[in-house]
Amino acid sequence: MSAVEVEHLTKRFGDFCAVDALSFAVERGEIFGLLGPNGAGKSTLIRMLTTLVPPTSGSARVNGFDIVRAANGVRQSIGVIPQAMTSDLELSAEENLNIFAKLYGIPREPRRRAIKTLLQAVDLEPWADKPVKMFSGGMRRRLEIARGLVHEPNIFFLDEPTTGLDPVSRVAVWDMLSRLKRERDLTILVTTHYMDEADKLCDRVAIVDHGKLAALDSPLKLKASIPGRNILEVSFSKVPAGWENTLRTLPDVAELKAEDHVFRLASHNGPRTTVALMEAARSANVTVTSLSVQSTTLDDVFVHYTGHQLRDALQAPATAESPYLMKRH
Amino acid sequence: MHRIWAIIERDLRRFRRSPTLIVMSMLMPLVQLVVLGYAFGGKVKNLEIGIVDQDHGVPAIKLKEMFQAVAANARTFDTIAYHDQAVALHDLREGRINGVLTIPPHFSRKVLAGANPRVALVEDNTDQFSTSALGGALTELLATYNSPADPPRETAKVTLDMVEIYPYVPYIQYLLPGTITLAIFVSAMIGGGIIFIDDKARGLHEGYLVTPIRKFELILGFNLAGAIKAIIAGFVLVTVGSIIAGIPDPLNVLRLARMMVLVVVTALALISMMFLLMVRVSDPLVPRAIFGVLNTVLFFPSGAVYPTASFPPWMKAITVVDPFTYAVHGFKQLVLKNTGLMSISYDLAFLVGFTLLAMSAATLLFRRTL
Repeated sequence: MSAVEVEHLTKRFGDFCAVDALSFAVERGEIFGLLGPNGAGKSTLIRMLTTLVPPTSGSARVNGFDIVRAANGVRQSIGVIPQAMTSDLELSAEENLNIFAKLYGIPREPRRRAIKTLLQAVDLEPWADKPVKMFSGGMRRRLEIARGLVHEPNIFFLDEPTTGLDPVSRVAVWDMLSRLKRERDLTILVTTHYMDEADKLCDRVAIVDHGKLAALDSPLKLKASIPGRNILEVSFSKVPAGWENTLRTLPDVAELKAEDHVFRLASHNGPRTTVALMEAARSANVTVTSLSVQSTTLDDVFVHYTGHQLRDALQAPATAESPYLMKRH
Repeated sequence: MHRIWAIIERDLRRFRRSPTLIVMSMLMPLVQLVVLGYAFGGKVKNLEIGIVDQDHGVPAIKLKEMFQAVAANARTFDTIAYHDQAVALHDLREGRINGVLTIPPHFSRKVLAGANPRVALVEDNTDQFSTSALGGALTELLATYNSPADPPRETAKVTLDMVEIYPYVPYIQYLLPGTITLAIFVSAMIGGGIIFIDDKARGLHEGYLVTPIRKFELILGFNLAGAIKAIIAGFVLVTVGSIIAGIPDPLNVLRLARMMVLVVVTALALISMMFLLMVRVSDPLVPRAIFGVLNTVLFFPSGAVYPTASFPPWMKAITVVDPFTYAVHGFKQLVLKNTGLMSISYDLAFLVGFTLLAMSAATLLFRRTL
């Protein structure tokens, strides 16, 4: 039995379809990444799977429990770290964990032991009795991870756990998650904006856009699935007529995209295409003003499957956010 | 029970660490008690009356002397002599004086002839409290002026002897029951309204909703946590407010115990009402926006500041369903009359029924999802 099984899961808000008949399964013990721009439907999907939002149609089972008919079974077996930082700032780290352990009905002695172990696991034991308002963003996120694990769940949902954290804190959070996953035999379903993180840490990645599944596989296979092993990004002093055709016919070029006078060439053999490109430019009396050659990344996979840059999508204005909503920073 | 207690514990720990919140929820009603109590409670004094004597006879001089006696003793008003009536009326319109008493020509002759002598009072009727005080003082003064120095024995004349069964109740004491209720309401408004919605907007409720806690446990937890804070505010007002208002034997244990029963029942009624109003709200501006309106709609029709008997029918309709009405009536019985719980059994029954109704409706309307 898979840890999470999703079948034609759909969520509509009026005419807007946030999640459109998604189907996939998350296997036990894997870290499953959900990638997609803001508004792609990732958070709605996680909220449905964590019983916070009822689906419009379709079904899903988490740890074998149906998310509608056996919602309490789902809640008992999952840990959830929502997008917003939701720890109580006035309470200490220990008090925050204690309150949540009580909400899960954990008796006093196991509760005390679990809190001590978790505070050690997330490196917050020295600050156990300090109010959370004195914590940095990274410390607060680590505390929330501990809070999500206080009842020893099998499946852990994290909605953009590292957004807004500095690079050191991001690395710390991911190291912690990898370690906790190993130690506690967790299945982790995580959404993230950071492609490099997903590449390194996720066993499998689903790319979601406009509520639909654009691609699903391991990062390695996803990268292999798009044309070319290398990406050449090149710009020129001038673009003569028919230049695009010239570039397209260079050796080993699998795909060509032009955007704002920058050409992106997907190549099966980066060095050979680069040499040919330089020769073609010299013959046509065109100066190469910039050139970069890189291996295929998940960014490229994302662009290939969704047709636009994730970065652009992230800059879209957020809608209907309360001025009181606490932001991560 | 563990889960309900977890919600209560969390709320109370946060409350304890927010001293500003504690002070604000109790200070505002105390300030209102003191300011309103003394603003409305005192007798009107030192009004200015212009006296225009157009007669100058002995009876007119006697009348003026009686006016000056009032000015010197009761100090309801001070007198200012005018020679010209037009100047006095001008000063009245300009607001320099509160009334003009004119003793017309031939006043003395008519007094001595017993020919229906009259004096005229022109008053500034834009201020009804001053007009009423002035009219009352002058009517009393003229009655004294008219009574003969050596009154005949009149056995057939009916007089009314009034007996007050309770000691004199100053306005500040009359206001105390409303103020205690208001303190409970302010605390319910902050705890059950503003903080509840702020927590919701910050995503804190999301943390609760992903746990296996049941809907009723959540609602009971929220309500009890809010009620405990409101009870603390009520207790402070019951004790400190009684001392400030000068209630005799303010720390009488039996009365305090009875009052705490009513404080608890009132707190539960008001917090469940607030929770019902806020159960579907998610915008943090809403509770702030309705605070003033709700305060006015609940506090003033309850009889806290003025007897309900004077209200128009539409306002009496609000009075009937307003939980404030029953809380204020109950506290009046306990504070001003020192009665037992039996005399407020109807108030207690209404407030308990109101709580059950509001909490049931809130449970039905509460969404376990976002």
